[in-house]
Amino acid sequence: MNLRVIWALVLRYIFLYTRNPVRLVEMVFWPVVDLLVWGNLTLFIQSNSDAKFAQYIVFLLGAMILWDIMFRAQQGVAISFLEDVWTRNLLNIFVAPVRTTEYLSATFAVGLLRIAVTGVVLGSIAWFGYAFNIFVLHWWLVPFFLNLMVFGWALGMISTALILRWGQAAESLAWAVPFFIQPVVAVFYPVAQMPGWSQPIALAFPATHIFEGMREVMKTGTMSWSHLTIAMLLNVLYLVAAGALFFWILQLTRKRGLLTKFATQ
Amino acid sequence: MSTPDTREVILEARELTREFDGVTALDKFSFKLHRGEVLGLLGANGAGKTTAMNCMLGLTLPTRGELFAFGKALHAHRIEILKKANFSSAYVSLPGNLKVWQNLLVFAQIYGVPNPKEKIAELLELLEVAHLRDRVTGQLSAGESTRVNLCKAFLNDPELLMLDEPTASLDPDIADKVRKVVRKVQAERNIGILYTSHNMRDIEEVCDRVIFLHKGKIVAEGTAAEIVKKFSEDSLEGVFIKIARSGDLEA
Repeated sequence: MNLRVIWALVLRYIFLYTRNPVRLVEMVFWPVVDLLVWGNLTLFIQSNSDAKFAQYIVFLLGAMILWDIMFRAQQGVAISFLEDVWTRNLLNIFVAPVRTTEYLSATFAVGLLRIAVTGVVLGSIAWFGYAFNIFVLHWWLVPFFLNLMVFGWALGMISTALILRWGQAAESLAWAVPFFIQPVVAVFYPVAQMPGWSQPIALAFPATHIFEGMREVMKTGTMSWSHLTIAMLLNVLYLVAAGALFFWILQLTRKRGLLTKFATQ
Repeated sequence: MSTPDTREVILEARELTREFDGVTALDKFSFKLHRGEVLGLLGANGAGKTTAMNCMLGLTLPTRGELFAFGKALHAHRIEILKKANFSSAYVSLPGNLKVWQNLLVFAQIYGVPNPKEKIAELLELLEVAHLRDRVTGQLSAGESTRVNLCKAFLNDPELLMLDEPTASLDPDIADKVRKVVRKVQAERNIGILYTSHNMRDIEEVCDRVIFLHKGKIVAEGTAAEIVKKFSEDSLEGVFIKIARSGDLEA
């Protein structure tokens, strides 16, 4: 892999976001709106609940921030790809000496940059607006962050592969894919509170184990390693499967001549 | 009998065939492009020109047949080959939401161009678009956009260049400038160019040799003058119309 090529592709996005301030605003706008809604909800419930429950309700803010990490990582991959489609630049990339692995790595890096920006903004607003310190998760924040980011990348590859296969009709998947699983990955509520039939489904996703782990750390100050280990192992599986799907669909689009039709519409 | 071309073959297709859903877009298409040669690919809409170019760029996989560039199999040495090649099309844009210099810098980095800023300045001067350096790419006119795309195509000093209808939708003045620059750079740098166009003026002025495609097959091949004579027509346009309407190979 050529780091210069990856850097060139990331540079494009740096130029894009620094040239147009509206894009920077758009990147943080929706996460901030979400945080304000959940933050205010948290304050309301806290003021109308007993002290013990009120202590736990702050989980919502932590969950919201961690969910956004995963969502931004997925968006980094999907939106990077769609930017090239919308600007009719996709073929310029595919006829340049850019390996598919380099292209994907650049989209991962863009996702990481998006996470960094929104993470800082959300963490700051949570602290100053709602007295919630994301660092209450201590050093656990690092493996939580990394695992959610990797799962976001896997979801990004899946949504991009589906868009490649079905074209512009599938573009909404760039935004929708994370929300297909949000109800079952126990973002805002523990797995134990979910219907029995959905619990095994929930536990099949690495994100579930991270959110469970988050609640455990916030409640007890520590976390069982089993959640983290399972999340990491599942992430390896999802990343490999998503990568295989992406490469397979890219080959399929080349075989069927769909790539040029899609990229020049 | 014409003298065989002894120059290095930098692009070769052998019995290239591409089928889509029962339709044969390319049928045993074989040709050689030599270093320093400009080969025109002509044909009506649907003749197979774009399919041929897409196969050669690796965007579409051929159903059968082989492709070689610089003596190497395209499929197995794609990245290595693409480092020495480039492409420009009237139907593919640089991102319209970046400035001209930003777009060119991104691609200069991708291709590993040494001294990218100097190279970009040199190419912008050559294509007479230096004044557009800080303009947003999406705000350029068709002629300006074409010349900026050509700057991108020349960035890595390619040995093989594929130009897909480079003068489409350009006025005669700009089209003439584009043709002259392509010919100038091609001669100076001994580039092999595969050139598709519907513009007969393009073909007559720029191309050393022409291949006519009709329904995926080669129906005529040679210099423009040879083909016109062979078909007993007055012009290449007359030949084009004759082939497009009948596909008749007989002169």
